[in-house]
Amino acid sequence: MNVPEIVVIDYGVGNLLSVQRGLEHCGANVTLTADPEKILAAKRVVLPGVGAFGNAMEALHNLDLVEVIRDVANKQISLLGICLGMQLLFEESEEFGITAGLGLIPGRVLPIPIRTELGESQKIPHIGWSSLQLPDGLNGWNETLLQDNHPSESVYFVHSFMGLPTNPHHRIADCKYGGHSVSAVIGRGHITGCQFHPEKSGEVGLKILRRFCLD
Amino acid sequence: MRNIRLIARLDIKGPNLIKGIHLEGLRVMGSPNEHALRYFLQGADELIYMDCVASLYGRNHLGDIVSAAAKDIFVPMTVGGGIRSVDDATQILRAGADKVAVNTAAVANPQLITEIAQRFGSQCMVLSIEAKQVNPDRWEVYTDNGRERTGLDVIEWVKRGVEMGAGEILLTSVDREGTRKGFDIALVMAVTSEISVPVIASGGMGSADDMLTVVQDGGADAVAMADILHYKRAEVGDIRAVAEKAGLGVRYYERA
Repeated sequence: MNVPEIVVIDYGVGNLLSVQRGLEHCGANVTLTADPEKILAAKRVVLPGVGAFGNAMEALHNLDLVEVIRDVANKQISLLGICLGMQLLFEESEEFGITAGLGLIPGRVLPIPIRTELGESQKIPHIGWSSLQLPDGLNGWNETLLQDNHPSESVYFVHSFMGLPTNPHHRIADCKYGGHSVSAVIGRGHITGCQFHPEKSGEVGLKILRRFCLD
Repeated sequence: MRNIRLIARLDIKGPNLIKGIHLEGLRVMGSPNEHALRYFLQGADELIYMDCVASLYGRNHLGDIVSAAAKDIFVPMTVGGGIRSVDDATQILRAGADKVAVNTAAVANPQLITEIAQRFGSQCMVLSIEAKQVNPDRWEVYTDNGRERTGLDVIEWVKRGVEMGAGEILLTSVDREGTRKGFDIALVMAVTSEISVPVIASGGMGSADDMLTVVQDGGADAVAMADILHYKRAEVGDIRAVAEKAGLGVRYYERA
């Protein structure tokens, strides 16, 4: 059997061990690297990230990885952004002023509303388990990384900002926070972003990682 | 309403999972990660690892256990016991933990709460409090696994801790711990009514009904379960079913 080879981009933000272990649990051979050659030679690339959007983009610029990740997208290499790595896929973020992102998915990153739909103040960050839902207009998750999942399965979130795709067709799954629909999974072609942590979401998250290893 | 969380708590001494009463009289229960894996597969929302003797010896030994757990446990893990500095926190997070719980060192140096919160985010900084009742509406903060009194009032300390940057409170009743007599509801209520960050109630869970009471009457956001799981008096799924039946929001989880 072929062992899936996966490159996790190591640009110095956050703890990559859990992502690595999650992918290894799914049978993958994982390489952590910031080397453009290795990244561009991969079949599957994971862009992780925790912390602030601006710092992460700065780190990617300093390592000359911004164009590399855009090339990954152009070369039809499967790309999975996780948490902040998902937000970086957008054109720009409002976190601490406007910062340009990778621009691989049209749209922007905004703060989670500080009030619920009913106008009550709500806790930020959004931390904990929330259910995946089909966005309006989407009938199912065939041919996405969620094809083995089904609506209402719960996944683990930790975030203060949220991605908002311009094109509703790029919304693959939402969750509800304070009554608001928040993008949980976004995608365009072979590019997918998960706002939650699949590597901390039990079997539900592992199903997504397993599918990423296969695709 | 947010989902309440069902958390398996593992107290560790050396290489062993242990269980005591009032945090004392420790009995060896077996391998921590065998139990942890079982609770993960039963659907625990999170795990808490506590090194019970770390403060006594001034260091945390859980790095290896947590790092091994990260190979097959894929829910958030909180690790506490003997974390005295930002460097200690960094090491334990690198080993695969998602949050650190700090008690003794935070009492000695409250600034540590702020340093950890600024470095890793307040969601990462769990303030662990060991509380003993001293009169009907007053509880005192203890450290070193319920051995040392501090003179601090629990309510005052919890408010200070949140101001300093604690993102979550692990509230252990030393009086109830290991007794199966139910949580100290008055204590939990006194704390949850004063602060807005999530509170994990710990100590005394004898049955699933105790979980309902501490959430519904005490306002707890999460329950830490040890004895009830270690002695196989219930599985996490049984507790979840009781919560669902009572109309509490819980993580949707299909039993295998």
